[in-house]
Amino acid sequence: MTPLPKLLVIGGSAGSLDVLIQLLPELEPEWPLAMIIVLHRKAGSDTLLSELLSAKTCLSVKEAEEKDMLLPGCIYVAPADYHLLIEPDGSLTLDASEKVHYSRPSIDVTFISAAEVCGGHLYCLLLSGANMDGAEGMQAVHESGGFTSVQDPATAEAPFMPKYAINTARVDKVFNIREMIDFVKGLKA
Amino acid sequence: MDHLHHLKDEDVLLLLNDLLEQYGYDFTDYSFASVKRRLQRVYIADRFPGFAEFRYKVKTDAGYLVHLMEQITVNVTEMFRDPGFFRELCRQVLPVLATYPLIRIWHAGCSSGEEAYSVAILLHEMNLLHKSIIYATDINENVLETARRGIFPLQYMQQYSQNYLLSGGQQEFSRYYAANYEYARFSDILKEKIIFAAHNLVTDHSFNEFQLIICRNVLIYFNKDLQDKVLHLFSDSLEQLGFLALGAKETLRFTTVAPLFKPIAHKEKIWRKIAT
Repeated sequence: MTPLPKLLVIGGSAGSLDVLIQLLPELEPEWPLAMIIVLHRKAGSDTLLSELLSAKTCLSVKEAEEKDMLLPGCIYVAPADYHLLIEPDGSLTLDASEKVHYSRPSIDVTFISAAEVCGGHLYCLLLSGANMDGAEGMQAVHESGGFTSVQDPATAEAPFMPKYAINTARVDKVFNIREMIDFVKGLKA
Repeated sequence: MDHLHHLKDEDVLLLLNDLLEQYGYDFTDYSFASVKRRLQRVYIADRFPGFAEFRYKVKTDAGYLVHLMEQITVNVTEMFRDPGFFRELCRQVLPVLATYPLIRIWHAGCSSGEEAYSVAILLHEMNLLHKSIIYATDINENVLETARRGIFPLQYMQQYSQNYLLSGGQQEFSRYYAANYEYARFSDILKEKIIFAAHNLVTDHSFNEFQLIICRNVLIYFNKDLQDKVLHLFSDSLEQLGFLALGAKETLRFTTVAPLFKPIAHKEKIWRKIAT
Protein backbone atom coordinates (compact mmCIF):
# COMPACT_ATOMS: atom_id res chain seq x y z
CA MET A 1 0.00 0.00 0.00
CA THR A 2 1.31 3.46 -0.84
CA PRO A 3 1.70 5.59 2.28
CA LEU A 4 -0.83 8.35 2.86
CA PRO A 5 0.19 11.80 1.66
CA LYS A 6 0.66 14.43 4.32
CA LEU A 7 -2.58 16.29 4.84
CA LEU A 8 -3.60 19.88 5.44
CA VAL A 9 -7.14 20.39 6.74
CA ILE A 10 -8.50 23.94 6.63
CA GLY A 11 -11.66 24.78 8.54
CA GLY A 12 -13.55 28.02 8.11
CA SER A 13 -16.84 29.72 8.73
CA ALA A 14 -18.06 33.30 8.34
CA GLY A 15 -15.41 35.42 6.64
CA SER A 16 -13.13 32.56 5.64
CA LEU A 17 -13.86 32.39 1.93
CA ASP A 18 -11.92 35.63 1.28
CA VAL A 19 -8.87 34.16 2.97
CA LEU A 20 -9.02 31.00 0.86
CA ILE A 21 -9.35 33.08 -2.27
CA GLN A 22 -6.11 34.84 -1.36
CA LEU A 23 -4.33 31.63 -0.40
CA LEU A 24 -5.18 29.21 -3.20
CA PRO A 25 -3.79 31.17 -6.18
CA GLU A 26 -0.36 31.21 -4.55
CA LEU A 27 0.08 27.44 -4.45
CA GLU A 28 2.42 25.96 -7.04
CA PRO A 29 1.27 23.09 -9.29
CA GLU A 30 3.75 20.80 -7.51
CA TRP A 31 2.34 21.53 -4.06
CA PRO A 32 2.84 18.07 -2.55
CA LEU A 33 0.19 17.57 0.17
CA ALA A 34 -3.44 16.58 0.08
CA MET A 35 -5.81 19.30 1.28
CA ILE A 36 -9.31 19.11 2.74
CA ILE A 37 -11.42 22.23 3.09
CA VAL A 38 -14.36 22.22 5.50
CA LEU A 39 -16.47 25.35 5.23
CA HIS A 40 -19.72 26.06 7.01
CA ARG A 41 -22.51 26.95 4.63
CA LYS A 42 -26.16 26.39 3.96
CA ALA A 43 -27.38 22.96 2.97
CA GLY A 44 -28.15 22.55 -0.71
CA SER A 45 -25.63 25.12 -1.89
CA ASP A 46 -24.41 22.39 -4.20
CA THR A 47 -21.10 22.29 -6.00
CA LEU A 48 -20.81 26.07 -6.38
CA LEU A 49 -18.12 26.33 -3.73
CA SER A 50 -15.78 23.80 -5.29
CA GLU A 51 -16.25 25.48 -8.67
CA LEU A 52 -15.49 28.87 -7.18
CA LEU A 53 -12.35 27.58 -5.46
CA SER A 54 -11.30 25.62 -8.52
CA ALA A 55 -11.16 28.83 -10.52
CA LYS A 56 -8.59 30.18 -8.04
CA THR A 57 -5.91 27.51 -8.23
CA CYS A 58 -3.98 25.33 -10.62
CA LEU A 59 -4.37 22.38 -8.23
CA SER A 60 -7.21 19.98 -8.78
CA VAL A 61 -10.26 20.87 -6.66
CA LYS A 62 -13.21 18.56 -6.25
CA GLU A 63 -16.18 18.17 -4.00
CA ALA A 64 -15.35 15.14 -1.88
CA GLU A 65 -17.20 11.96 -2.82
CA GLU A 66 -17.40 8.89 -0.64
CA LYS A 67 -14.49 6.48 -1.22
CA ASP A 68 -12.29 9.15 -2.88
CA MET A 69 -8.65 8.44 -2.06
CA LEU A 70 -6.53 11.26 -0.66
CA LEU A 71 -3.93 12.13 -3.29
CA PRO A 72 -1.07 14.64 -3.14
CA GLY A 73 -1.77 17.89 -4.94
CA CYS A 74 -5.53 17.48 -4.70
CA ILE A 75 -7.99 19.65 -2.79
CA TYR A 76 -11.18 18.04 -1.47
CA VAL A 77 -14.10 20.21 -0.40
CA ALA A 78 -16.51 18.74 2.15
CA PRO A 79 -19.98 18.76 0.56
CA ALA A 80 -22.80 20.77 2.10
CA ASP A 81 -24.90 18.82 4.60
CA TYR A 82 -22.41 15.95 5.13
CA HIS A 83 -19.60 15.45 7.62
CA LEU A 84 -16.35 14.27 6.10
CA LEU A 85 -14.32 11.49 7.74
CA ILE A 86 -11.03 9.83 6.79
CA GLU A 87 -10.61 6.06 6.79
CA PRO A 88 -7.39 4.34 7.88
CA ASP A 89 -6.62 3.54 4.22
CA GLY A 90 -6.84 7.23 3.24
CA SER A 91 -10.24 7.04 1.60
CA LEU A 92 -13.00 9.49 2.45
CA THR A 93 -16.35 8.77 4.07
CA LEU A 94 -19.39 11.04 4.05
CA ASP A 95 -21.66 11.00 7.05
CA ALA A 96 -25.15 12.48 7.36
CA SER A 97 -25.38 12.22 11.15
CA GLU A 98 -26.33 14.93 13.66
CA LYS A 99 -24.98 18.44 13.22
CA VAL A 100 -22.08 19.37 15.47
CA HIS A 101 -21.98 22.99 16.67
CA TYR A 102 -25.05 23.56 14.48
CA SER A 103 -22.90 22.64 11.51
CA ARG A 104 -22.73 19.89 8.92
CA PRO A 105 -20.03 19.63 7.72
CA SER A 106 -18.38 20.22 11.07
CA ILE A 107 -14.71 21.16 11.33
CA ASP A 108 -14.30 19.25 14.62
CA VAL A 109 -15.48 16.03 13.00
CA THR A 110 -12.92 16.19 10.20
CA PHE A 111 -10.07 17.42 12.44
CA ILE A 112 -10.64 14.56 14.91
CA SER A 113 -10.94 11.96 12.19
CA ALA A 114 -7.81 13.23 10.43
CA ALA A 115 -5.92 13.25 13.74
CA GLU A 116 -6.69 9.59 14.30
CA VAL A 117 -5.50 8.53 10.87
CA CYS A 118 -2.68 10.94 10.07
CA GLY A 119 -1.07 11.56 13.47
CA GLY A 120 2.07 13.64 12.98
CA HIS A 121 1.56 13.94 9.21
CA LEU A 122 -1.27 16.38 9.69
CA TYR A 123 -1.46 20.17 9.61
CA CYS A 124 -4.64 21.93 10.57
CA LEU A 125 -5.58 25.54 10.08
CA LEU A 126 -8.64 27.27 11.46
CA LEU A 127 -9.86 30.46 9.82
CA SER A 128 -12.35 33.22 10.54
CA GLY A 129 -15.73 32.29 11.97
CA ALA A 130 -18.36 33.02 14.59
CA ASN A 131 -18.74 29.49 15.95
CA MET A 132 -17.08 27.19 18.51
CA ASP A 133 -16.38 24.53 15.87
CA GLY A 134 -12.78 23.44 15.34
CA ALA A 135 -11.31 23.97 18.82
CA GLU A 136 -11.95 20.48 20.18
CA GLY A 137 -10.68 18.94 16.95
CA MET A 138 -7.60 21.10 17.08
CA GLN A 139 -6.78 19.78 20.54
CA ALA A 140 -7.15 16.22 19.20
CA VAL A 141 -4.77 17.07 16.34
CA HIS A 142 -2.26 18.38 18.86
CA GLU A 143 -2.55 15.26 21.04
CA SER A 144 -1.90 13.02 18.04
CA GLY A 145 1.26 14.93 17.18
CA GLY A 146 -0.13 17.09 14.37
CA PHE A 147 0.51 20.79 13.79
CA THR A 148 -2.17 23.29 14.82
CA SER A 149 -2.58 26.84 13.57
CA VAL A 150 -5.20 29.57 13.38
CA GLN A 151 -5.75 32.80 11.52
CA ASP A 152 -4.83 35.73 13.75
CA PRO A 153 -8.20 36.84 15.17
CA ALA A 154 -7.10 40.45 14.63
CA THR A 155 -7.12 39.80 10.86
CA ALA A 156 -10.34 37.76 10.86
CA GLU A 157 -13.66 39.17 9.71
CA ALA A 158 -15.25 37.04 12.46
CA PRO A 159 -12.61 36.59 15.19
CA PHE A 160 -14.60 34.37 17.57
CA MET A 161 -13.70 30.97 16.11
CA PRO A 162 -9.89 31.32 16.01
CA LYS A 163 -9.98 33.13 19.35
CA TYR A 164 -11.98 30.31 20.92
CA ALA A 165 -9.44 27.78 19.65
CA ILE A 166 -6.55 29.81 21.05
CA ASN A 167 -8.28 29.90 24.44
CA THR A 168 -9.24 26.25 24.66
CA ALA A 169 -6.77 24.22 22.56
CA ARG A 170 -3.01 23.97 22.08
CA VAL A 171 -2.35 26.18 19.08
CA ASP A 172 1.17 25.98 17.67
CA LYS A 173 1.00 29.06 15.49
CA VAL A 174 -1.12 32.17 15.02
CA PHE A 175 -0.73 33.50 11.47
CA ASN A 176 -1.58 36.74 9.80
CA ILE A 177 -2.70 36.15 6.24
CA ARG A 178 0.70 36.71 4.62
CA GLU A 179 2.45 34.38 7.09
CA MET A 180 -0.25 31.80 6.57
CA ILE A 181 0.16 31.83 2.80
CA ASP A 182 3.95 31.54 3.06
CA PHE A 183 3.65 28.69 5.52
CA VAL A 184 1.20 26.69 3.41
CA LYS A 185 3.24 27.36 0.25
CA GLY A 186 6.34 26.07 1.95
CA LEU A 187 4.90 22.75 3.19
CA LYS A 188 6.99 19.78 2.06
CA ALA A 189 6.02 16.20 1.37
CA MET B 1 -10.63 14.43 25.03
CA ASP B 2 -8.28 12.79 27.50
CA HIS B 3 -6.49 9.63 26.56
CA LEU B 4 -8.34 7.32 28.95
CA HIS B 5 -11.53 8.13 27.13
CA HIS B 6 -10.22 7.57 23.70
CA LEU B 7 -11.13 4.28 22.04
CA LYS B 8 -8.27 2.70 20.15
CA ASP B 9 -8.73 1.02 16.78
CA GLU B 10 -8.13 -2.36 18.48
CA ASP B 11 -10.93 -1.62 20.98
CA VAL B 12 -13.33 -0.89 18.16
CA LEU B 13 -12.41 -4.12 16.38
CA LEU B 14 -12.95 -6.09 19.59
CA LEU B 15 -16.40 -4.59 20.08
CA LEU B 16 -17.39 -5.19 16.48
CA ASN B 17 -16.31 -8.78 16.86
CA ASP B 18 -18.38 -9.15 20.05
CA LEU B 19 -21.46 -7.73 18.31
CA LEU B 20 -21.01 -10.21 15.49
CA GLU B 21 -20.13 -13.32 17.51
CA GLN B 22 -22.60 -12.80 20.28
CA TYR B 23 -25.52 -11.02 18.69
CA GLY B 24 -25.15 -11.60 14.95
CA TYR B 25 -24.91 -7.89 14.13
CA ASP B 26 -22.25 -7.48 11.50
CA PHE B 27 -20.69 -4.01 11.35
CA THR B 28 -17.35 -5.24 10.05
CA ASP B 29 -18.12 -4.00 6.52
CA TYR B 30 -19.26 -0.59 7.72
CA SER B 31 -17.08 2.47 7.26
CA PHE B 32 -14.58 2.12 10.08
CA ALA B 33 -14.19 5.87 10.66
CA SER B 34 -17.91 6.35 11.01
CA VAL B 35 -18.51 3.38 13.35
CA LYS B 36 -15.53 4.34 15.47
CA ARG B 37 -16.86 7.87 15.82
CA ARG B 38 -20.31 6.59 16.85
CA LEU B 39 -18.83 4.19 19.42
CA GLN B 40 -16.59 6.93 20.77
CA ARG B 41 -19.65 9.15 21.30
CA VAL B 42 -21.56 6.49 23.25
CA TYR B 43 -18.48 5.62 25.27
CA ILE B 44 -18.12 9.23 26.41
CA ALA B 45 -21.84 9.95 26.79
CA ASP B 46 -22.44 6.89 28.96
CA ARG B 47 -19.43 7.70 31.17
CA PHE B 48 -17.68 4.38 31.31
CA PRO B 49 -14.58 4.42 33.54
CA GLY B 50 -12.66 2.45 30.94
CA PHE B 51 -12.92 0.31 27.83
CA ALA B 52 -13.12 -2.97 29.80
CA GLU B 53 -16.29 -1.76 31.54
CA PHE B 54 -17.80 -0.63 28.23
CA ARG B 55 -17.10 -4.00 26.64
CA TYR B 56 -18.45 -5.90 29.65
CA LYS B 57 -21.70 -3.93 29.50
CA VAL B 58 -22.12 -4.66 25.82
CA LYS B 59 -21.46 -8.36 26.34
CA THR B 60 -23.71 -8.84 29.35
CA ASP B 61 -26.61 -6.39 29.13
CA ALA B 62 -29.10 -7.09 26.33
CA GLY B 63 -31.01 -3.92 27.21
CA TYR B 64 -27.88 -1.87 26.72
CA LEU B 65 -27.34 -3.53 23.36
CA VAL B 66 -30.62 -2.07 22.07
CA HIS B 67 -29.42 1.37 23.10
CA LEU B 68 -26.00 0.80 21.55
CA MET B 69 -27.49 -0.34 18.26
CA GLU B 70 -29.52 2.82 18.09
CA GLN B 71 -26.41 4.88 18.72
CA ILE B 72 -24.14 3.13 16.22
CA THR B 73 -26.47 3.50 13.29
CA VAL B 74 -27.22 7.01 12.09
CA ASN B 75 -30.86 7.92 12.63
CA VAL B 76 -30.91 11.46 11.38
CA THR B 77 -33.70 12.02 8.90
CA GLU B 78 -36.31 14.59 8.01
CA MET B 79 -39.42 14.92 5.89
CA PHE B 80 -38.91 15.83 2.25
CA ARG B 81 -35.13 16.12 2.65
CA ASP B 82 -33.74 17.28 -0.73
CA PRO B 83 -37.00 18.59 -2.24
CA GLY B 84 -35.52 18.26 -5.73
CA PHE B 85 -35.51 14.51 -5.28
CA PHE B 86 -39.18 14.38 -4.35
CA ARG B 87 -40.09 16.66 -7.27
CA GLU B 88 -38.37 14.25 -9.65
CA LEU B 89 -40.09 11.31 -7.97
CA CYS B 90 -43.47 12.93 -8.68
CA ARG B 91 -42.51 13.93 -12.20
CA GLN B 92 -40.85 10.77 -13.49
CA VAL B 93 -41.57 7.83 -11.19
CA LEU B 94 -45.02 8.03 -9.64
CA PRO B 95 -46.83 8.54 -12.99
CA VAL B 96 -45.31 5.23 -14.16
CA LEU B 97 -46.23 3.47 -10.93
CA ALA B 98 -49.79 4.76 -11.41
CA THR B 99 -50.23 2.26 -14.25
CA TYR B 100 -49.88 -0.73 -11.89
CA PRO B 101 -52.90 -2.23 -10.11
CA LEU B 102 -50.88 -2.55 -6.89
CA ILE B 103 -47.88 -0.37 -6.11
CA ARG B 104 -45.20 -1.92 -3.92
CA ILE B 105 -42.47 0.33 -2.55
CA TRP B 106 -39.56 -0.66 -0.31
CA HIS B 107 -38.06 2.07 1.79
CA ALA B 108 -34.84 0.52 3.13
CA GLY B 109 -33.14 2.12 6.12
CA CYS B 110 -36.19 4.22 6.94
CA SER B 111 -35.04 5.16 10.45
CA SER B 112 -37.86 6.95 12.30
CA GLY B 113 -40.01 7.01 9.17
CA GLU B 114 -40.09 10.67 8.09
CA GLU B 115 -39.29 9.86 4.45
CA ALA B 116 -41.79 7.00 4.29
CA TYR B 117 -44.50 9.42 5.46
CA SER B 118 -43.29 11.93 2.87
CA VAL B 119 -43.69 9.39 0.07
CA ALA B 120 -47.12 8.40 1.39
CA ILE B 121 -48.20 12.05 1.27
CA LEU B 122 -47.11 12.40 -2.36
CA LEU B 123 -48.89 9.16 -3.30
CA HIS B 124 -51.98 10.48 -1.59
CA GLU B 125 -51.87 13.69 -3.59
CA MET B 126 -51.60 11.74 -6.84
CA ASN B 127 -54.55 9.66 -5.75
CA LEU B 128 -52.41 6.50 -5.64
CA LEU B 129 -52.11 5.81 -1.95
CA HIS B 130 -55.19 3.59 -1.79
CA LYS B 131 -53.50 1.04 -4.06
CA SER B 132 -50.00 1.35 -2.59
CA ILE B 133 -48.07 -0.45 0.12
CA ILE B 134 -44.84 1.00 1.48
CA TYR B 135 -42.63 -1.53 3.23
CA ALA B 136 -40.40 0.62 5.41
CA THR B 137 -37.56 -1.27 7.06
CA ASP B 138 -34.69 -0.57 9.39
CA ILE B 139 -32.16 -2.60 11.36
CA ASN B 140 -33.19 -0.84 14.53
CA GLU B 141 -36.36 -1.79 16.49
CA ASN B 142 -36.39 1.37 18.60
CA VAL B 143 -36.60 3.79 15.71
CA LEU B 144 -39.22 1.61 14.03
CA GLU B 145 -41.39 2.04 17.12
CA THR B 146 -41.13 5.81 16.69
CA ALA B 147 -41.92 5.42 13.00
CA ARG B 148 -45.05 3.36 13.71
CA ARG B 149 -46.37 5.98 16.10
CA GLY B 150 -45.97 8.67 13.45
CA ILE B 151 -45.60 11.35 16.09
CA PHE B 152 -42.88 13.90 15.45
CA PRO B 153 -41.82 17.12 17.23
CA LEU B 154 -44.02 20.03 16.24
CA GLN B 155 -41.03 22.37 16.11
CA TYR B 156 -39.88 20.78 12.83
CA MET B 157 -43.17 21.26 11.02
CA GLN B 158 -42.40 24.71 9.72
CA GLN B 159 -39.26 23.46 7.98
CA TYR B 160 -41.01 20.29 6.77
CA SER B 161 -43.81 22.42 5.41
CA GLN B 162 -41.32 24.48 3.40
CA ASN B 163 -39.64 21.32 2.11
CA TYR B 164 -43.04 19.90 1.25
CA LEU B 165 -43.98 22.91 -0.85
CA LEU B 166 -40.58 22.88 -2.58
CA SER B 167 -41.17 19.19 -3.30
CA GLY B 168 -44.30 20.05 -5.23
CA GLY B 169 -46.82 19.48 -2.44
CA GLN B 170 -50.21 20.86 -3.38
CA GLN B 171 -52.07 21.15 -0.10
CA GLU B 172 -51.69 22.75 3.27
CA PHE B 173 -49.05 20.55 4.89
CA SER B 174 -50.81 20.89 8.23
CA ARG B 175 -53.81 18.90 6.99
CA TYR B 176 -51.68 15.73 7.32
CA TYR B 177 -51.17 15.96 11.07
CA ALA B 178 -52.93 16.91 14.26
CA ALA B 179 -50.95 19.19 16.54
CA ASN B 180 -51.01 18.19 20.16
CA TYR B 181 -48.86 20.11 22.64
CA GLU B 182 -45.32 19.83 21.27
CA TYR B 183 -46.11 17.02 18.87
CA ALA B 184 -47.57 16.46 15.44
CA ARG B 185 -49.44 13.20 15.04
CA PHE B 186 -49.60 12.11 11.42
CA SER B 187 -52.83 10.94 9.87
CA ASP B 188 -53.96 7.31 9.97
CA ILE B 189 -54.65 7.52 6.24
CA LEU B 190 -50.88 7.58 5.74
CA LYS B 191 -50.03 5.05 8.45
CA GLU B 192 -52.42 2.42 7.13
CA LYS B 193 -50.37 2.10 3.97
CA ILE B 194 -46.95 1.81 5.56
CA ILE B 195 -45.68 -1.46 7.04
CA PHE B 196 -42.75 -0.85 9.34
CA ALA B 197 -40.61 -3.94 9.91
CA ALA B 198 -37.11 -4.92 11.00
CA HIS B 199 -34.74 -5.86 8.20
CA ASN B 200 -30.97 -6.00 8.27
CA LEU B 201 -29.48 -5.14 4.87
CA VAL B 202 -26.24 -6.88 5.81
CA THR B 203 -27.68 -10.29 6.66
CA ASP B 204 -31.32 -10.51 5.55
CA HIS B 205 -32.59 -11.48 2.13
CA SER B 206 -35.12 -10.11 -0.29
CA PHE B 207 -38.72 -10.44 0.87
CA ASN B 208 -40.78 -9.30 -2.11
CA GLU B 209 -40.64 -7.69 -5.54
CA PHE B 210 -41.03 -3.95 -5.78
CA GLN B 211 -41.50 -1.29 -8.41
CA LEU B 212 -39.59 1.29 -6.39
CA ILE B 213 -36.84 0.95 -3.81
CA ILE B 214 -35.73 4.01 -1.88
CA CYS B 215 -32.54 3.82 0.17
CA ARG B 216 -31.02 7.21 0.90
CA ASN B 217 -27.91 7.93 2.95
CA VAL B 218 -27.44 4.32 4.00
CA LEU B 219 -24.83 3.07 1.52
CA ILE B 220 -22.41 5.87 2.47
CA TYR B 221 -21.77 3.98 5.72
CA PHE B 222 -20.82 0.73 3.94
CA ASN B 223 -17.55 -0.34 2.39
CA LYS B 224 -17.35 -1.16 -1.31
CA ASP B 225 -18.02 -4.89 -0.93
CA LEU B 226 -21.08 -4.38 1.22
CA GLN B 227 -22.37 -1.66 -1.09
CA ASP B 228 -22.16 -4.09 -3.98
CA LYS B 229 -23.88 -6.82 -2.01
CA VAL B 230 -26.74 -4.56 -0.97
CA LEU B 231 -27.14 -3.16 -4.48
CA HIS B 232 -27.50 -6.73 -5.78
CA LEU B 233 -30.13 -7.34 -3.13
CA PHE B 234 -31.98 -4.27 -4.42
CA SER B 235 -31.59 -5.29 -8.03
CA ASP B 236 -32.93 -8.77 -7.23
CA SER B 237 -35.86 -7.21 -5.36
CA LEU B 238 -36.89 -4.91 -8.21
CA GLU B 239 -39.27 -5.79 -10.98
CA GLN B 240 -38.04 -5.27 -14.51
CA LEU B 241 -38.23 -1.50 -15.22
CA GLY B 242 -38.48 -0.82 -11.50
CA PHE B 243 -36.88 2.29 -9.99
CA LEU B 244 -34.03 2.67 -7.52
CA ALA B 245 -33.50 5.91 -5.58
CA LEU B 246 -30.33 6.62 -3.58
CA GLY B 247 -29.05 9.52 -1.45
CA ALA B 248 -27.65 12.75 -2.88
CA LYS B 249 -24.03 11.60 -2.56
CA GLU B 250 -24.50 7.95 -3.49
CA THR B 251 -23.97 6.43 -6.91
CA LEU B 252 -24.08 3.23 -8.93
CA ARG B 253 -20.96 4.32 -10.78
CA PHE B 254 -18.11 1.80 -10.37
CA THR B 255 -20.44 -0.80 -8.83
CA THR B 256 -21.10 -4.23 -10.32
CA VAL B 257 -24.83 -3.51 -10.79
CA ALA B 258 -24.19 -0.38 -12.87
CA PRO B 259 -24.80 -2.20 -16.22
CA LEU B 260 -28.25 -3.29 -15.03
CA PHE B 261 -29.49 0.25 -14.52
CA LYS B 262 -29.98 3.39 -16.52
CA PRO B 263 -29.98 6.78 -14.80
CA ILE B 264 -33.17 8.76 -15.26
CA ALA B 265 -32.31 11.66 -12.96
CA HIS B 266 -28.56 12.19 -12.47
CA LYS B 267 -28.60 14.81 -9.80
CA GLU B 268 -31.57 13.37 -7.94
CA LYS B 269 -30.01 9.88 -8.03
CA ILE B 270 -32.83 7.85 -9.57
CA TRP B 271 -32.14 4.82 -11.76
CA ARG B 272 -34.33 2.41 -13.69
CA LYS B 273 -33.66 -1.31 -13.90
CA ILE B 274 -33.23 -2.27 -17.56
CA ALA B 275 -31.65 -5.75 -17.33
CA THR B 276 -31.37 -8.69 -14.97
